[in-house]
Amino acid sequence: MHQAPPINMELEAQPLGALAHKVSILAGIVGLAGLGIAVGLSKMGEGASERFYHAYLVSFCFFLSLSLGALFFVILQYLTRSGWSVVVRRVAEVTASNVLLLAVLAVPVMLGANHLYEWTVTNRVMEDDLLQWKEPFLNLRFFLLRLAIYFVVWVGLSRFYLGHSTRQDRQTDPRLTLRLQRWSGPAMLLYAMTVTFAAFDLLMSLDPHWYSTIFGVYFFSGAVVGFFAWQAVVLLLLQKAGRLQQAVTAEHYHDTGKLVFAFVVFWAYIAFSQYLLIWYANIPEETVWYLRRQNGNWALVSIVLLVGHFFLPFFALMSRHPKRRRMMLAVGAVWVLLMHWVDHFWLVMPEFAADGVVPLGLMELACFVGLGGCFVAGVSWGFRNRAVAPIGDPRLPESLAFENV
Amino acid sequence: MSTTDHALPLAEPARQSWGLLAEYLTVPELLAAAEKVRNAGYRRWDCHTPFPVHGLNDAMGLKPTILPWLVLGAGITGGSIGMGLQWFTNAFDYPFIIGGKPFFSVPACIPVAFELTILFAAVTALLGMLVLNNLPEWYHALFRSKQFRRATADRFFISIEAIDPLYSPEATREFLKLTGSSHVELIEEEAD
Repeated sequence: MHQAPPINMELEAQPLGALAHKVSILAGIVGLAGLGIAVGLSKMGEGASERFYHAYLVSFCFFLSLSLGALFFVILQYLTRSGWSVVVRRVAEVTASNVLLLAVLAVPVMLGANHLYEWTVTNRVMEDDLLQWKEPFLNLRFFLLRLAIYFVVWVGLSRFYLGHSTRQDRQTDPRLTLRLQRWSGPAMLLYAMTVTFAAFDLLMSLDPHWYSTIFGVYFFSGAVVGFFAWQAVVLLLLQKAGRLQQAVTAEHYHDTGKLVFAFVVFWAYIAFSQYLLIWYANIPEETVWYLRRQNGNWALVSIVLLVGHFFLPFFALMSRHPKRRRMMLAVGAVWVLLMHWVDHFWLVMPEFAADGVVPLGLMELACFVGLGGCFVAGVSWGFRNRAVAPIGDPRLPESLAFENV
Repeated sequence: MSTTDHALPLAEPARQSWGLLAEYLTVPELLAAAEKVRNAGYRRWDCHTPFPVHGLNDAMGLKPTILPWLVLGAGITGGSIGMGLQWFTNAFDYPFIIGGKPFFSVPACIPVAFELTILFAAVTALLGMLVLNNLPEWYHALFRSKQFRRATADRFFISIEAIDPLYSPEATREFLKLTGSSHVELIEEEAD
């Protein structure tokens, strides 16, 4: 704190400009190529289109969860009036705003609903009392309407926060912060409702007979883990590109690492809470969901998830040292992101291939690369003309001087 | 009972010097002084500030605390006790079939093991912090100083104890003045 030279934030947070342009175009090409290959594969052979939609849903939910985790972080910072996070907040704001692109990428999920969701097929509903009973909620029209509402809320919230924050870069008006703070409470409520129901609709209704009231929280906890890992990676890349080299210190990485650690534990806590109740009650209509995930090779995936998504990051990130060393945090963050994808794979794919076969191949890779390319392109595009940190925020000095005690 | 008792003169309690207290007006002055005291090789000394000062640990050359290791050990102990107790009572010492469930099963035992992990770790973190800080401490020689009261308001202090091997009443006082202290005070306490 003492004798620190003043940091030139104008220079540190310079927009990425041409570099962002180049990354966007490259990632966009890779993304479209990946999606093209996936669509091509979906035309080959029986069941290929079903597999395409499931593989697409895995990666779609994965990248959607990163944006939603980011939106949670942005709203939370205003809700708690945080000071430490200001310098890293723009990464979250831009990632959250990328939900606009995901709204477009949701179109295949909507078009392929009858390949994904049993309850959209009229014949199946006719034969099934339970599905008939659930029909007032689980029907295609209402499903599409709900998806539209979720995306309107998410796009609206993320644009609202990004827009005001960006405007503050030039105006340095603290009243903008006050307005964002005032709306953060209702925004958080709206966020919690939409994310919970989106998890029910997109993922839980893959098996319309099964339900778990904690499922929305499960999706949310994973989303936040994924986002914090993503944030660490993006910050490291921004520093590689010559931005925020003095502004973002080991202290900010330390806190990001702490949050990854905390939400890894939270995720495990929620996942186990869901498991324990179903395991203990041992009622067939509830256990069937886990049975599918411990048949054949799915048992291996479940164990990979338990070890890789909880035990490894838990012990690796427990000490303060790996959180403060950039390279170690980077390795941990990429690993956590990978496991977060496996989590979504584990949520979706057993509904498509329940007989113990794990369909992990070119299709899943193509969908991941395709959606990932588009997602990276969108985030990079957001940094083109925009400062990479909120340089007009009244709490910026606090963030720059922040140290963990 | 002797009649001459009350005639004895009341002896002043013997005093001995506890150490020196140096006052500083600003944080940068304190940090610079702390580095000098550290470099001079003093061992029995401390800084007193009204609020946490970032960078003071480095300036004082303090070693990282061992508390995290104590907490980790306590957490592992708590988890093991939680698991072990359930296994011992349910599956080993008094196996009893309840509802056709297995005697011992990991998922069922996790809540108790988890809670004991948290309990042991949290209690150890609190008690360990107190013990490592020598708390609670009801009396301290520095409380005799009137000036020291401002350590909770707007002044920063460095104290060096007389039992430090490098301590000398004159040289240490001169040294502290040279570190930029606005006021150096001798702290005395009653002799043991």
